[in-house]
Amino acid sequence: MSARDEWYALRDLTPARLALGRSGNALPTSRVLEFQLAHARARDAVHRSFHPEEIAAEFGAVPAICVTTQAGDRLSYLINPALGRELSPTSRARLKRGRYDAVLVIADGLSPTAVHKHGAALGHAIFKALPDLKWAPAVIVTQGRVAIGDEIAKLLGADIAVVMIGERPGLTAADSLGLYLTYAPKSAITQDAERNCISNVRPDGLPLAEAARRLAWLAREARRLRLSGVGLKEDAPETALPPGL
Amino acid sequence: MYAKVIGHTRYNFPDLKTLLARASPARSGDRLAGLAAQSEEERVAARMALADVPLSAFLNEALVPYESDEVTRLIVDTHDSGAFAPVKSKTVGEFRDWLLSDEATTEALARVSPAITPEMAAAASKLMRNQDLIAAARKITVVTKFNNTIGLPGRLSVRLQPNHPTDDPKGIAASIVDGLLYGSGDAVIGINPATDNVASVTNLLLMLDAMRRKWKVPTQSCVLSHITTTLRSMEAGAPVDLVFQSIAGSEAANASFGVDLALLRQAREAALGLNRGAIGDNVMYFETGQGSALSANAHHGVDQQTMECRAYAVARVFKPLLVNTVVGFIGPEYLFDGKQIIRAGLEDHFCGKLLGLPMGVDVCYTNHAEADQDDMDTLLTLLGVAGCNYIMGVPGADDVMLSYQSTSFHDALYLRGVLGLKPAPEFEAWLTSMGILDSAGRVRPRLANPAAAALLTFDGLS
Repeated sequence: MSARDEWYALRDLTPARLALGRSGNALPTSRVLEFQLAHARARDAVHRSFHPEEIAAEFGAVPAICVTTQAGDRLSYLINPALGRELSPTSRARLKRGRYDAVLVIADGLSPTAVHKHGAALGHAIFKALPDLKWAPAVIVTQGRVAIGDEIAKLLGADIAVVMIGERPGLTAADSLGLYLTYAPKSAITQDAERNCISNVRPDGLPLAEAARRLAWLAREARRLRLSGVGLKEDAPETALPPGL
Repeated sequence: MYAKVIGHTRYNFPDLKTLLARASPARSGDRLAGLAAQSEEERVAARMALADVPLSAFLNEALVPYESDEVTRLIVDTHDSGAFAPVKSKTVGEFRDWLLSDEATTEALARVSPAITPEMAAAASKLMRNQDLIAAARKITVVTKFNNTIGLPGRLSVRLQPNHPTDDPKGIAASIVDGLLYGSGDAVIGINPATDNVASVTNLLLMLDAMRRKWKVPTQSCVLSHITTTLRSMEAGAPVDLVFQSIAGSEAANASFGVDLALLRQAREAALGLNRGAIGDNVMYFETGQGSALSANAHHGVDQQTMECRAYAVARVFKPLLVNTVVGFIGPEYLFDGKQIIRAGLEDHFCGKLLGLPMGVDVCYTNHAEADQDDMDTLLTLLGVAGCNYIMGVPGADDVMLSYQSTSFHDALYLRGVLGLKPAPEFEAWLTSMGILDSAGRVRPRLANPAAAALLTFDGLS
C-alpha cells in the first residue's frame, strides 16, 4: 500500500494533496492520519483559550487595553456572530475618548493561536511602518469579530481602525492573521465594501513585514483620500471580506 | 392564522412563513434569525398544523411579497396548474404520503414536478424523516446533457475541483491530471478562481479547453467566476462551456450576489449562442446553500430551508446542467454540526430533485463547525443511496484555495465501489480507453499503460 502514486512528482506544482496513493479505493493509513492531524490542529486553533494579558505584555512599552464583547463564551461567539461585534458594557466604559489618527485592535477571531503566535510581532511591524501616526492605546479583544473595530475607534476618537484578527483555520495553515482597515468607521452601519483587507498573513504566507508595508500604504492613502474600501481598490491586494468573519 | 392545541396549550402561528419556520428541524441559522420553534413541543405542534394545510394554500399566500420580489413573481407566474391536478386537493401531510406511495412512480413524479412550488416542497420535507427524503429522492430521475449524460440511474458523476491559491495554471493542471487518473471529472472540470477578472479567467478557460481537446475528454469545463466576468469573457471569445452563478431565493439576496433574472437570462442566451455542447444544451451551472439569504439580510422572515428551495425555483427556469448546494460551507452559525449538515444536505437534494433539478451536493464543512470526516462519510453514503447526480472531487478533500474540506477523488471511488455506481457512460468509455479502469471497471491507473501516461505530457505541466 504505497502512500503515493506514480505521478507523485506533480506535487511540486501545487500545495494540493495530490497522488496520495490507494489501499483499494481508500486512502492509505498514513494519509488518513496525516489529514486527521491537520484537522486536529485547525480545531485546536479555533478553540484554544485566548490570553489577552500575554499579548499586552508582549507589547511592552506600548499601552494596551484588554476588552471583551457581548459573546460570553466560545459557543455563543460561534453561533451568534453579532455578539462578537459589540463591546460588553464594562469594556465600553473603559475606552476614553481622545484625538487619535488610528487605533490597532487585536482580536482573537477564529484563531487565537494565530494571534498568540504572530500578533505582537505584526503589531510592532505595523507601528514601525507608520511611525508618524498618533496611535491610540492598542485594544485587545476576546471573542471579537472584524466590526468590533468600528465601535472601538468611535469611542476612542480614532480616524482609522486597523483590526488584526485570527482567520478561520484551514488544513494547510491554522495561524493566519487578517488585517482590516476602515477609515472613519460608523458603528453598526459600516459595510464590508468600506473596508480594505490583507489576508493570509503568516511567516509561510504573506510575511509580516510585507503585510505591514501594504497596510501602511493603505493607511496613508486612506488619510489622503479620506475613505477606505472599494475606493482604495487600485493597487490594494485584497478587498473582500471572507465568509465567517 | 394556523393553530394546534396539544393538551392545555394552544400553539398559534400567525402566517404560513411562521408555521414553516417553527416546523423546521432545529438548526442554528433559524435560531439566529429568531424564527425557530421555542420548544420541541412547539416544533411538533407546528408540524401537526402544517400537515393539515392544503397545498393550494401556498398558491394563495405569498411568503415574500409578489409586488416587491421577482422570485415570488417567477414562482407564481410560471405555476403549471394543469400538472397540479393529481395533488391539487391534498394537504401537506397527504402530499408526503403520496410522495412515498407506490403511486408516485418516477414518471408520476416527473409529471407533477412543474406544479410543485418551492414552498410546497419545503413544507413536505419538514414532515419527512431522513429516510423519507432518501426514499422519495431515489425515485426521481433528472438527466441533463452537454458533452456527456449526467444523472442516469446507477451513475455517479464528479465535479473535478482543481483550485489553487493563486490560480497558477501548472498547479491547476496538476490537480486535473490527478483527478482524471482517479476517474473524476465527468460532471465538470470546474475551477473556483482566486482572482475574478476577464484576463485571468480567459487564460484558465483556454487551458481547460486545450486539455479537454488534447485527450478528447467527454466532459465540460467551467471557471466559476461571477456571471458578469463570464459574459465579458464570452464577448472576448473565450471558450465557455457552462455559465456559473451562485443564486439565492429572493430578489434582494440575488442582488447581494450582483445578479437578477434578466442577467441570468442574458448569460444563458450568450452561452447557447456559442453552441458548444456536443449532445445537449444544458449550459448553466448554479450553486446554492442554506443561510445565504439570511447572511445577506434578505430572508424576509422566512426559514433558511424554504429560502433555499426558492433558489431552486430560480434555477429550474434556466434548465441547468448542474445544480449543487454547498451544504456545510457557510459555517456553524447557520448549520452548527454534522447532524444539521447531514439533514440539510438530504433536504436540499430531495427538494431540488422534486422541483426537477439535476442535484449534486458539495458534502463539506469548515474547521469552526462541529463536524469531521466521519460526518461527511455518513452524508456521502446517504446521498449515494438517494441517487445524487454528482459530488465534488477535491485532491485529498482539502481545498487549498477556499480553505474548507469537501469530498475527495478517493471518496468518489468509495461511493461508486460500495454502491456499484458508474461514471457517466461517455466518460466511463473514455476512462476505459485511457487504461484508467481495469477489466472489473475499477479505477486502477498504471503509468505503464501509454494512454494513461500520456496525461502527464500536457504542455501546461512543464
